[in-house]
Amino acid sequence: MVFLFTIIRVALKALGLNKMRSILTMLGIIIGVSAVIAMVSIGQGAQATISEQIASAGSNMLFVTAGSYNRGGVRSGAGTSSSLTVEDYQAIARDCPAVRLASPMVRTGAPVVFGNENWSTNIQGVNTNFLAIKLWEMDTGTFFTEQDVSSAQRVCVIGRTVANNLFVGQDPVGQEIRIRNSPWRVIGILKAKGQSGMGQDQDDTIIAPYTTVQKKLLGITYINAIMVSAVSQAATGVAESQMNDILMQRHHIASMEDADFQVRNLSDMAELANNSNQVMTLLLASLAFVSLIVGGIGVMNIMLVSVTERTREIGIRMAVGATGGDVQFQFLTEAVVLAVFGGILGVACGVVGSKLISDSLGWPTLVSSPAIGMAFSFAGAIGIAAGWYPALKASRLDPIEALRYE
Amino acid sequence: MSANAMNAVQELVRGSGNTAGVGPEVALIEVVDLHKYYEMGDTRVHALRGIRLEIRRGEFVAIMGASGSGKSTFMNLMGCLDKPSAGTYLLEGTNVADLSRVELAHIRNERVGFVFQGFNLLSRTTALENVELPLIYARIRARERRRLAQEALLKVGLGERIHHVPSQLSGGQQQRVAIARSLVNRPSILLADEPTGNLDSRTSVEIMQVFQELNERESLTIILVTHEPDIAEYGKRIITFRDGQIVKDQPVLKRRIASEMLANMPPVED
Repeated sequence: MVFLFTIIRVALKALGLNKMRSILTMLGIIIGVSAVIAMVSIGQGAQATISEQIASAGSNMLFVTAGSYNRGGVRSGAGTSSSLTVEDYQAIARDCPAVRLASPMVRTGAPVVFGNENWSTNIQGVNTNFLAIKLWEMDTGTFFTEQDVSSAQRVCVIGRTVANNLFVGQDPVGQEIRIRNSPWRVIGILKAKGQSGMGQDQDDTIIAPYTTVQKKLLGITYINAIMVSAVSQAATGVAESQMNDILMQRHHIASMEDADFQVRNLSDMAELANNSNQVMTLLLASLAFVSLIVGGIGVMNIMLVSVTERTREIGIRMAVGATGGDVQFQFLTEAVVLAVFGGILGVACGVVGSKLISDSLGWPTLVSSPAIGMAFSFAGAIGIAAGWYPALKASRLDPIEALRYE
Repeated sequence: MSANAMNAVQELVRGSGNTAGVGPEVALIEVVDLHKYYEMGDTRVHALRGIRLEIRRGEFVAIMGASGSGKSTFMNLMGCLDKPSAGTYLLEGTNVADLSRVELAHIRNERVGFVFQGFNLLSRTTALENVELPLIYARIRARERRRLAQEALLKVGLGERIHHVPSQLSGGQQQRVAIARSLVNRPSILLADEPTGNLDSRTSVEIMQVFQELNERESLTIILVTHEPDIAEYGKRIITFRDGQIVKDQPVLKRRIASEMLANMPPVED
């Protein structure tokens, strides 16, 4: 123990005598470790957001979209075709036992004006089941009623982002906004929901009766999608096949390959997003690890130079009684001290870097202690690996030749 | 004899070295038919050709010879920096030829002190820390190291400037630091290889005075390699090497006493 402390002091002193070199060598490790931490944090942040998303969106949710997007690029663009109708929605709501709630959906985007302010956002036309399907709640005001839907009233509820951008210092509820030159009354504000798993701001939206959006905004009779909530999470599969059956029958389609609609399960989508996200995280983390290894090679290089430069010192130490093991231990300690200091600074830089990334780019990041522990211990291991050979080389020097070395 | 018993005996022998009335019959170093070859490419250099020698505790031996006479090789063997190719070298009864590298390192640490021509101090390291160096490898605690190192520095007449680094010290002071370092582990022998080679004549005599005092007061055994005859005459016995063999081994009849020489020398003019 006494010896260990002494050798650590000797190592610190030796590194301190060559400050610039030590700092530059450490820089490799610092960059490597902080890159690993930042990359893993970004990946885990995205993953956590997706998981949260599944929970908050309701894992019972399914989507039917018109068109099919996986036909080799022949008919791409889910929801752009006009094959889904209100009758399809009614059939699903009526005839699928596994479906608890359903809502038609039409979508568009438009600039919205209030006073001198304007804001471009997306407008979703739905029915009164929307909140229950999306597990969403009102913040203030009320949602529209069946009456509003059936009589196609120009009423809407707005997301938090829209409220913040259009109404500065005013209560939006009861105000009139203009969408494509027609007046709409704001009757409520949705609770803030945050970003979706894909990084979209879910609060940047306006929700209105689908009938109104169809007739007064788009002039269409078809719908873009049907959103559905199954009776339970376990029943999503059953609901999916029931909807497939009904729609195939209604659209006179013989096989799934010719289907002009697509049933999608939200948790499938989330899983897909999660998987691709994991691949991305792994890729980024391995690139970061490569830079950590490059940093380790830097440590090894400098240690080799150091052993050569200090041949005479090694000779002196051996002459006064240092064993090969003592010398090896000394140089190994120097390499490990370099790497561990680099690791500590790298962890600090990584944590700060992750914070900067999430603040400036708006990407969610999650700094996890396993990632820190992993990067840090990897840095230590690299120190040992990088120091081993130079230290061994030092320990094998012949004391007489080392003493004569100029 | 078991290794433990062996150590115990050696301990006894070593311990008795500091007490008065040491039997002169106890040989500290016993060398029988010692050979050393070096392989230099295809040629084989025969550096030592059958050395036979005995050195007793408390002796002050000067080894002389031209360069290439084998005296440095002999010194390296005595200091356990190297192993003989053939023959036996008994240091306090231990046959060095049988020892491993690690055991040789322990012997260098505990029983041998080195003083070199070029001082061989660690640069950018204070005098005190340089003297502490052997104690680090003896696994001695920091506070004790400091105490022993200060003590050794006082013994060689360097009570001040112990926190200076070698480049801030004169040649004579640096050599005193080196001597203190060689003493700090209380070795059985002190080996000095051309210790005055880099020093002016007055400083050389001062260093010889340190050696003579250590030899007299502590009855420290000193082996000194030099090619200067007047330096050799500060010793008690001169052994002359030529072509890897001892050609002369005789006591010094008219010994120089460093303190007397210094008294007769003109004062330093600066």
